[in-house]
Amino acid sequence: MTFAFDLILCLMILGTAGIALFVRDALAAIAFFIAFGNLLGLAWLSLDAVNVAMAEIAIGAGVTGVLLILARARLLALGDDAASAATPLWLRLGALAACAGFVVLLAAAVLSIPPESGLDRVVAPLMPGLGIENRVTGVLLAFRAYDTLLETFVLLGALVAVWSLAPAGAWPGRPADPGMTDAPMRRVAGTFSQLLLPVALVMAAYLVWAGSDLPGGAFQAGTVLAGGLLVAAMGGTIGLPSSDRPLLRAALVLGPAVFLVIGLAGITAGGFLVYPEGMAKALIVTIEYALFLSIGVTLALLVAGPPVPGASGPNPEGKG
Amino acid sequence: MSWTDLTVLVLLGSGLAFFAAGSLGLLRFPDTASRLHALTKADNLGLGLVALAAAIYGGSLELAVKIALVWLFAVIAAGTTSQLLARRARLDETRLDETRPDQPDLDPAESAPGGEAR
Repeated sequence: MTFAFDLILCLMILGTAGIALFVRDALAAIAFFIAFGNLLGLAWLSLDAVNVAMAEIAIGAGVTGVLLILARARLLALGDDAASAATPLWLRLGALAACAGFVVLLAAAVLSIPPESGLDRVVAPLMPGLGIENRVTGVLLAFRAYDTLLETFVLLGALVAVWSLAPAGAWPGRPADPGMTDAPMRRVAGTFSQLLLPVALVMAAYLVWAGSDLPGGAFQAGTVLAGGLLVAAMGGTIGLPSSDRPLLRAALVLGPAVFLVIGLAGITAGGFLVYPEGMAKALIVTIEYALFLSIGVTLALLVAGPPVPGASGPNPEGKG
Repeated sequence: MSWTDLTVLVLLGSGLAFFAAGSLGLLRFPDTASRLHALTKADNLGLGLVALAAAIYGGSLELAVKIALVWLFAVIAAGTTSQLLARRARLDETRLDETRPDQPDLDPAESAPGGEAR
């Protein structure tokens, strides 16, 4: 029965991926990409990788899907038809050869790992020293904290890059108001967001807290927060802040800064990013909560895009 | 097969039947409003029956409450999005059909181009 489920899931993943690649209409391709991401999340779930499943569905399907839809809307507004042109045969064959070669390499690499040499065996004996149960959080925030620290700075850098696309005269301003301009739609979305935003906050705070011992963590929780903020902005419940608001800047750098300061303080305990004996859990939870806030705000602003001219008023109008 | 298993099977089967009917309606019905009509039935009833089956199969109250919450938010989100889709479709119709007078409750400023729902 499980085999049948896995087989059908694999076929559906391949099918949605194929349609997303080959369909000409951009919106249909995006819709199948989102379906593909959700199915891929189910596949991770059936492999017992709940952390990866949550990240895939929240970030891979959710945030990326919204980003793609907005990118298409912006292309259409610029006069591009957002449809893929026919590509020459040699390009398609070349892409096929490159992808097939990569798949063979990847499969060879994965199959060359002996089944009993998983990371779990290395990590499991070290977990009691941290005082947390979730091994993924252990790897992300303790054993490979360096990677995660850099990732948080990359995310901040991505927002700086998006902001640097602001046209002259728009800086410092607000992003284009994602609120719906049609009054009845705004009311419907507004009512929904007034219900959703508090629930998203509670859910996100729980995901960070649970992330120490159960699947969850700052990235998943940050995405939930970003989703709540974006829906609230679409319903006009909250306005997007101007990019020079000190409070906003503080929220953006809080996570990476707290992470960096705690990492530097670790030098007194033996080295960069070393947690003192017995304090690991408290420090990890502190970092995770700070990161969660920064990741949530950063993701929401990444989706909202760069500041636009004329959107700096107290009650900005939508810009299409 | 116990009575519990049988209940789960019946609930799951009827839930899937609603989903199948909803998908068929989505594919076959001629306009957006009737398609949404078909789809919301699947969302509300189909998902509800599948959720009920899952809750009974899970067998614990804690799990059942979690599943009920998931169902509740899925239904609220589905209701919201279908309202927005229906409104969007109606605005597009009014805009495309210039010869037909505007609907009485449609303010021309509201349906002006550039009011893209995103």
